[in-house]
Amino acid sequence: MTNDVDRNRRHFLTVATAVTGIAGVGAVSIPFLSSLKPSARAQALGAPVEVPIGSLDPGEMVRVMWRGRLVYVLRRDEQMLATLEQDRDRLRDPDSENIEQQPEYAVNEYRSVKPEYLVIEGSCTHLGCAPLPEIAAGSLDPTWPGGFFCPCHGSKFDLAGRVYTGVPAPSNLRVPPHRFVRDDLIMIGVNTGAA
Amino acid sequence: MTDSVRYSPVAEGCSILASLKQAAATVMLLAIGSTALAAGGSVHLDPAGNDVDNLKSLQSGAANFMNYCSGCHSAQYVRYNSLARDLELTDDQVAANLMFNADKTFETIVASMPEADSARWFGKTPPDLSLIARSKGTDYVYNFLKGFYVDPDSKTGVNNLVLSGTSMPHVLWEQQGFQNAIFEEHAVEDQEGVTTRVFEGFEPATTGSMSKEEFEHFARDTVNFLEYIAEPERSTRRTVGTWVLIYLIVFLIIAIMLKKQIWKDVT
Amino acid sequence: MARVEAEVGVEKGGFMKWIDDRFPFTETLKLHATEYYASKNFNIWYIFGVLATVVLVIQLVTGIFLTMNYKPAAAEAFASVEYIMRDVEWGWLIRYMHSTGASFFFIIVYLHMFRGLLYGSYKKPRELIWIIGMMIFFVLMAEAFAGYLLPWGQMSYWGAQVIISLFGAIPVIGEVLVETIRGDYSISDITLNRFFALHVIALPLALIALVFVHIVALHHVGSNNPDGIEIKDNKGADGVPLDGVAFHPYHTSKDLVYIIAFLMLFSFVVFFAPDMGGYFLEHANFEPANVMATPEHIAPVWYFTPFYAILRAVPDKLWGAILMGAAVLLPLFLPWLDRSRVRSIRYRGWIYKLALTLFAISFIALGYLGLKPAENVYVILARIFSIIYFGFFLLMPYYTSIDKTKPVPDRVVYHD
Repeated sequence: MTNDVDRNRRHFLTVATAVTGIAGVGAVSIPFLSSLKPSARAQALGAPVEVPIGSLDPGEMVRVMWRGRLVYVLRRDEQMLATLEQDRDRLRDPDSENIEQQPEYAVNEYRSVKPEYLVIEGSCTHLGCAPLPEIAAGSLDPTWPGGFFCPCHGSKFDLAGRVYTGVPAPSNLRVPPHRFVRDDLIMIGVNTGAA
Repeated sequence: MTDSVRYSPVAEGCSILASLKQAAATVMLLAIGSTALAAGGSVHLDPAGNDVDNLKSLQSGAANFMNYCSGCHSAQYVRYNSLARDLELTDDQVAANLMFNADKTFETIVASMPEADSARWFGKTPPDLSLIARSKGTDYVYNFLKGFYVDPDSKTGVNNLVLSGTSMPHVLWEQQGFQNAIFEEHAVEDQEGVTTRVFEGFEPATTGSMSKEEFEHFARDTVNFLEYIAEPERSTRRTVGTWVLIYLIVFLIIAIMLKKQIWKDVT
Repeated sequence: MARVEAEVGVEKGGFMKWIDDRFPFTETLKLHATEYYASKNFNIWYIFGVLATVVLVIQLVTGIFLTMNYKPAAAEAFASVEYIMRDVEWGWLIRYMHSTGASFFFIIVYLHMFRGLLYGSYKKPRELIWIIGMMIFFVLMAEAFAGYLLPWGQMSYWGAQVIISLFGAIPVIGEVLVETIRGDYSISDITLNRFFALHVIALPLALIALVFVHIVALHHVGSNNPDGIEIKDNKGADGVPLDGVAFHPYHTSKDLVYIIAFLMLFSFVVFFAPDMGGYFLEHANFEPANVMATPEHIAPVWYFTPFYAILRAVPDKLWGAILMGAAVLLPLFLPWLDRSRVRSIRYRGWIYKLALTLFAISFIALGYLGLKPAENVYVILARIFSIIYFGFFLLMPYYTSIDKTKPVPDRVVYHD
């Protein structure tokens, strides 16, 4: 049929065609795969949410939605802040070592930017139910210092959203990215220190 | 897309070719007739002469639109941040100069006047203008803006040559001034005693702040902006298309060589 | 023990053997590609079947991605298309590929069918391929019609209104039929939803099944060729038709060239002229459907206009509908209308050549006339060309039997 030159040329051209074709297929797949990303509307709807906190009294909590998720903003009073260190040995991750659960500026004893204000996602880290705020001391039982209780399977979290041992939830409640735009205004969805 | 890609000789060459082909298609179309064309009726339309790649014109048009149109007309599919990106404006420039009733740049252009009110006052809701340049054509809108004339029988005191009986007032009267339309009665062929009204031209009644050329420039920028918002992806589309065609030409050459090689032994 | 060793030993061979023991993979590849022989003298008319498959794949893939973002409700449909065009990344490209693909599908299918008329591809033993092909054409028309309602523009709504009410012309069952198609007393959100189901699931499934069966039927008999002779009549000592070349790699490599050329034309339209002057994306459809305002000119999309012209040429509503239906159905009977003993136009007499030329001219002319308003000289011309159209089919038994044919060669005519 063909001599060696022909055979080599044919092989070369076949490879060249295949490579060009595959490159084309790869290039064409980019727009289709990109179309799966959140659209401009999703990004608009998922834009950072402003939470005015000027009228929040100590001990008061407000709920907001960000990206379809529930977020609690709690203004802790002096008493609440004082209880944060007392139950350390009953907590699974008291020092927030699990880095996936909060941004770095929330890795501290308060798990927040400012000690007074806790910004926490209302989604139990077990299976996602919304934990009920039980922020008053003694509301669950006489020794309860205040925190969050998930009614689905009984997980408990303290006033910094840290999970207790002995409950199904494996990690602390998530702290969403947030920053203080002003003293009386928090923006949820942007990191502190971000541009 | 970077400037270097947009003004490359290849892109230019391809866009000239494409323009030629589009011109040919348009000529063919005009020869074929009005069914596929946007403009209704047989009113002559002056070409708008706009260049949708002219950024300055688009920026002026955007300001014109927000200042004079967005009071009553929404552009509900247009986001301020897309405008910013395409018109090369910063978010701050957009917020300061173009956003009147919106808070965030991701919002869409909403008319300032509530729909229920405008429907009551004008008899119908002023239509959304996101796609007007595609449904009616840029030239149509251009001539519409220029086509208001004094008509004492109309509720608004004006009528429009392009859209007779329009409920829109002459919003740009301060710029253009008012004009009268001259109609003449022409006899209809083959029909005795029947005449038809033919438009002969406009004559100015009052002067506006702009000369005729200035107003046409103003209207041109505005419809240029409308053409852009009707198809914001146009310039990206043409740039990507150029690269796709280049790739395909290369692929075609390789495939032809392969075919010839494989078919060499067929007699 | 030995069997395991054999499987492990020669990896590649072992893997293919494992598959082939359980699935006719290599067998199918041979039967339908590497040892399927088709004539070596295929010309450009033979590319349209391949291109139709390419466009089918394009429509399916782009269609899937469009469905991810489109909302099939009257209140949301139009806005969801603009959402795709502006907010979804690269959404505009996916949309333009789909709208361009729809128009190209018909250009290709019409040319594909014309090939059949040129080379007698519908004649024995290929009648069933032709019948299945006609069924694909009918389903394709329904698919395009249903799809056009989805953007819910002015032309979508009013075009559907006109065409659906045509069915009302059918005596006795007409009105009930129309209401059943619409699912409501006028075209509404309900109609849109069901047309969505048809367009996205029911009709594509039917289309894919029919295309599969179409190709199976073709391969069972073997492809025709521009000379209209059976290459299987002249086999070599090895059983391979002398005029045949294996589908792979010969036709695959040749088809690739044509496919790329097609993609260039397709891309040019998608990227530089997606509206195609208002023929592929109609101007009126950039306005949302308004039930209270009918557009000045309602016409179906360009690929339906030949049949629409025939409909309007007839002054009676019912007869117009009947003749339009007949015009669509008549090609189905070609295998039996055509009495010529010769397949390919290359060896037919002048009568058929004239008839086919007139038919082609009238089809294009009717297409053009379908776009114009039904007035004055256009009506007269539409009637003349409709008569020619019907004449081509109805007189065919006569003129093909008296046509003086030329002797058909034994072997195909092939030029390097």
